[in-house]
Amino acid sequence: MIEVRNLVKKYGDHTAVDNLSFTVEKGQIYGFLGPNGAGKTTTMNILTGCLAATSGEVLINGHNIYSDAQKAKSAIGYLPEQPPLYLDMTPYEYLCHVGRLKEISKKELREKVNEVMEIVKITDVKDRLNKNLSKGYKQRVGLAQAILGNPGIIILDEPTVGLDPVQIVEIRDVIKSLAPEHTVIFSSHILSEVSAICNYILIISNGVLVAEDTTENLESRFTASTEISLTVKGDRDTICGVLDGLDGVEGYEVSDAADDGTVGIIISCKDGTDISEALSYAMLQQKCLILKLETRKASLEDVFMELVAQDADINAVQAETELGDTDGEQSGESFEVDADALLDGNVRSVWDEHMPENIARENEADNDNDAVEANEEGEEE
Amino acid sequence: MNAIYTKELKGYFRNVTGFVFFAFMSAIIGIYAAVINFSYAYPNFEYVLTGINFIFLLVVPLLTMRAISEERHQKTDQLIYSLPIKISKVVLGKFFAVLTVFALPLLLSAIYPLILSLYDPSGYISYASSYGTLLAFFLLGAALISIGLFMSSLTENQIISAVMCFGAVLLSILTEALANIIPSSVNASFFGFIVILILVAFLIYFLTKNSNLAWLSFIVLDIPLVLIRFIKSDLLYGALPSMLKAVSLFDKLDNFASGIFDITALIYYISIMALFLFFTVQSMEKRRWS
Repeated sequence: MIEVRNLVKKYGDHTAVDNLSFTVEKGQIYGFLGPNGAGKTTTMNILTGCLAATSGEVLINGHNIYSDAQKAKSAIGYLPEQPPLYLDMTPYEYLCHVGRLKEISKKELREKVNEVMEIVKITDVKDRLNKNLSKGYKQRVGLAQAILGNPGIIILDEPTVGLDPVQIVEIRDVIKSLAPEHTVIFSSHILSEVSAICNYILIISNGVLVAEDTTENLESRFTASTEISLTVKGDRDTICGVLDGLDGVEGYEVSDAADDGTVGIIISCKDGTDISEALSYAMLQQKCLILKLETRKASLEDVFMELVAQDADINAVQAETELGDTDGEQSGESFEVDADALLDGNVRSVWDEHMPENIARENEADNDNDAVEANEEGEEE
Repeated sequence: MNAIYTKELKGYFRNVTGFVFFAFMSAIIGIYAAVINFSYAYPNFEYVLTGINFIFLLVVPLLTMRAISEERHQKTDQLIYSLPIKISKVVLGKFFAVLTVFALPLLLSAIYPLILSLYDPSGYISYASSYGTLLAFFLLGAALISIGLFMSSLTENQIISAVMCFGAVLLSILTEALANIIPSSVNASFFGFIVILILVAFLIYFLTKNSNLAWLSFIVLDIPLVLIRFIKSDLLYGALPSMLKAVSLFDKLDNFASGIFDITALIYYISIMALFLFFTVQSMEKRRWS
């Protein structure tokens, strides 16, 4: 379907896309994931012929996007980051115009335009001017433009940005419904979105493809270890004793006792086994009360963070080698700066779920359940 | 191309631009006709057209400033680039749309010689000269519009585009006057050409962002000039003024008004039009490579 070979795009000295190669197969939904400035939009612009690559080539159904542009482009529908709407037209006029440019015959035009307007649900605003439409509707008109004429490949650049939650779900449903007949490439910096819709994920960071695999594989590849974090009230040594005697514990860290006599523990489990049940039972036997228990499986978000952070790490090291600075402390600092910069943008949403108040809320729920279970078990004994 | 043409043409009449232009143009032609033909009773409608040629200063920027810059500003150029349509067809579609808008008031003005003929029992009116001048006026407009389109393709700001277009039209109006001011001495031509080459080098730098290429072309183009200056300097005598007269766009319109049907002028207008349309296409294509 799409073959991308050794794509490089340079803006002056800045390399936006660095030697990118991948293949896209028919009928799948591909997620193109990366923080802002990673090169997603640049890559998509190159794929659709809006931008020329510095080197490398893009083949759409075997047609080169530059030398054989007409054939290659007629297989693509593209929704850029900002929907390319003529503001002084109505959605209906606009779609008819795009249809004519896509060389849809006069007979079919009206029918096809009505059809896509039904799909993206804009029929009731079709006679308003584009400039008076809300952001969500503009996005839909843009989407309608992309899927008009039924192109085999649909490329969407962050189609859900700026939409409200209901609209996001609706747009996602539309994208999902396109899947069997169309190949969809879809970029986003929001992980939950990509993992919810896509079969296949390409993670890009600083213009380099850092990982690509099916959503499941990507998750399982990085989720071998399970972590349990605990807050326990009890004696530090007793707790260590309990943990040493427990099967399935690969390693643990115990913090010093706090003022209220609690200690924080992080346990990593062997082979992803969940030992929380045995753990709480064992603790209870030694009169150590579990106040909080959280089981953490590495999610796609962790995978993403890990990959992006690795990349940032490499960059930090590179930057330092360039500066000729090999001081260890400096290295740590510059890494932090990079990670901060990454977090500052859109990875924020990833972090939001790990914010203390959110975690606390989740933990409370978990903890209640665990405590009840532990009590029940205790009583049975 | 048809889709672009229709869309652009409708665009001019969707907002007030098209109507304002039509009214303004018709009013100016009407006023000049009223004064020259009816009040002073000249039978020559062509004098009206040569009299109003300053109007290009206003109407060409007005008509062309948004044509391409707005696409870039609204990011709708991404739609054009991603659709299976050739850039040359987009530019031609836009050009013919502007040309149609420009032609409408001229079509209306074509009835003036006929109106005059009602008061012309002894046959003073030369229809050939009147309509010949109208044709030349139309082609001059077409050439200037293609220059305006090119200016519009250089920037995403329509005001900058309008200012550059105004400057270009002003320059072409002034070339004739400029040619008369410049002395015909060898040195005047020599330094005049050097100034032109500097401008060319700047243009090359602006278009390619490559300072080496700009320097190189400046030096290479300078070599023959310097050689001529020191080996066969009388070639440069009066060279610049006569060159300016040769390239002047507006100068040639006057020939038509004097009753000369100057085919070379028409070909010249069409060549300028084709050249700048080509530049416009290149400028739009180039943007993908930036």
